[in-house]
Amino acid sequence: MPTYLLKKLVTLPLILLGVSLLVFVALRALPGDPARLMAGPEAPQEAVDAMRVRLGLDDPLPLQYLRFAGSALGGDLGTSIRSGRPVTVEIAERLPKTISLALVAYGIAISVGLSAGMAAAINRNRWPDQLTMLFAIAGASIANFWLALLAMNYFAVELGWLPLMGSGSWKHYIMPAITLAVMPTAVIARMTRASMIEVVGQDYIRTARAKGLPERVVMRKHALRNALVPIVTIIGLNFGSMLGGAVVTESVFNWPGLGRLLVDSVRFRDYPTVQGVTLVAVTAVVMMNFLAEMLIAAINPRIRFD
Amino acid sequence: MTEITAALAPTDSKARRRRRWLSRRRSIFIGGLLVGLVLLAAILAPLLSPADPYEQVLSDALLPPSWEHPFGTDDNGRDLLARVLYGARLSLLEVVVGVGLAVLVGVPLGLAAGTIGGLVDQVIMWTMDVLFAFPGVVLAILIVSILGPGLFNLLIAIAIFSVPVYARLMRNVALGLKSMDYVEAARALGASTPRIMFDHILRNALGPVIVQSTLTAGTVVLSAASLSFLGMGAQPPMPEWGAMMSDGRNYLGVNIYMSLFPGLAIMLTVLGFNILGDGLRDLLDPRS
Repeated sequence: MPTYLLKKLVTLPLILLGVSLLVFVALRALPGDPARLMAGPEAPQEAVDAMRVRLGLDDPLPLQYLRFAGSALGGDLGTSIRSGRPVTVEIAERLPKTISLALVAYGIAISVGLSAGMAAAINRNRWPDQLTMLFAIAGASIANFWLALLAMNYFAVELGWLPLMGSGSWKHYIMPAITLAVMPTAVIARMTRASMIEVVGQDYIRTARAKGLPERVVMRKHALRNALVPIVTIIGLNFGSMLGGAVVTESVFNWPGLGRLLVDSVRFRDYPTVQGVTLVAVTAVVMMNFLAEMLIAAINPRIRFD
Repeated sequence: MTEITAALAPTDSKARRRRRWLSRRRSIFIGGLLVGLVLLAAILAPLLSPADPYEQVLSDALLPPSWEHPFGTDDNGRDLLARVLYGARLSLLEVVVGVGLAVLVGVPLGLAAGTIGGLVDQVIMWTMDVLFAFPGVVLAILIVSILGPGLFNLLIAIAIFSVPVYARLMRNVALGLKSMDYVEAARALGASTPRIMFDHILRNALGPVIVQSTLTAGTVVLSAASLSFLGMGAQPPMPEWGAMMSDGRNYLGVNIYMSLFPGLAIMLTVLGFNILGDGLRDLLDPRS
């Protein structure tokens, strides 16, 4: 455990260093002059030069990186070209929207995925199992924006039951959250089924049954608890693909979160914001994965991620 | 211990094994059938299409399905069936380019990391871990924002985020095989490192790489469609399925077919690759 923990603690900053380097290099690799871009297309040459000095673009690259990393660590991600406001402020405004949407989607995915996977494992090779597996494999093959468009067409435009776009009331959450939940639900259902089937074959389940415990108790207390470890892992490791899904879902539903900010910023060539959002999102994913791994290692010392 | 109980358990009866043998081949059959259909649609697109996929007949815009236009028409009066069929060509091109680039870069990197080891291994795997930390869509957006929108740039971006998968896979295979008796025997006989890499390790990695490529193919189609839908990939008037749905988005409540049919095509294609990949994995790699 100590060596494993130590190794993880060393790799974590190394990964974050790599991520920040990549994001930094990405902005430097942009076609055109960043100073001209920030100053605006009509700015006179003197203004562009002043901007270049102000941005420190005359300095050697390693120094520029150090300055970028230093201010990022201090919570300064530069200024948005589009709004002229600090990128951190832009992100802070959108972050709660993305987090709340992701939480609702996770809630749906965990409750539906867990129950479907359980039902499948208990009724192995019968219809609940087949239905779950069908859903699991179809759910992983559907473009979530397709589902979003169909839902918007029927439930918002034709029937008028739900708001088409935007955010505000609880009704605004229904379509985006379900759309976003489809993929993780499929993954969780599949994982729960596989994990439960493996656990049910273990000796201690036979023991629990042999001592006369009701099946319901065996399943809930003995099987599910032990099956949960890989399920929790998959939920933690899925955070990244959840964020990726949020980019598309938020854009379709005009949801004012981080994902839409990213897409809009690309469209407006607002590079500091693209850079900032990417950096924050990837750091969040890396931290989530790290926490999930630590949690699992604490629960079950036999498991190692190498 | 667990192996003994598993072997003794009545679940592994002959009938059960037979059933599993069948169900594995059933996955390969169903998946292969779906992928085959897409391939057929791509090849026969000119024969099956009722009209030119680019021809605009503005007087026939936004028609619902009919005998003349089985899938209806889009906002420019183009035949949707023709566009979905020609879209199959683009999707298969996406798979070939996206998966091909990822394999071409990822496999040698993983092979080098696994066989050479040491500092080379650490630097390669650190780079892969960094790339892997990015959610695929986010990395693709970052790359496209640099290279500019367009289908080919998007495919480069998708290939880049798929590279770590192959590098990790190849490294694991190489590490597993390196200490096998037959590889050590080859080394004892004086075989050079490149010879061992290619003759003894790479050949044995073919199975896992094929399985992974099939599974990645589905992801490539989905990612390319998603990013084209967001306007970062294929540009109009290309009949790319995601880009078509991006048009369809403006006609919700007016004409759902512009979104319905391309999305269905995406689902069938990705479903085909996923089922095929699952079946192949069960067949070629019984451990997982």
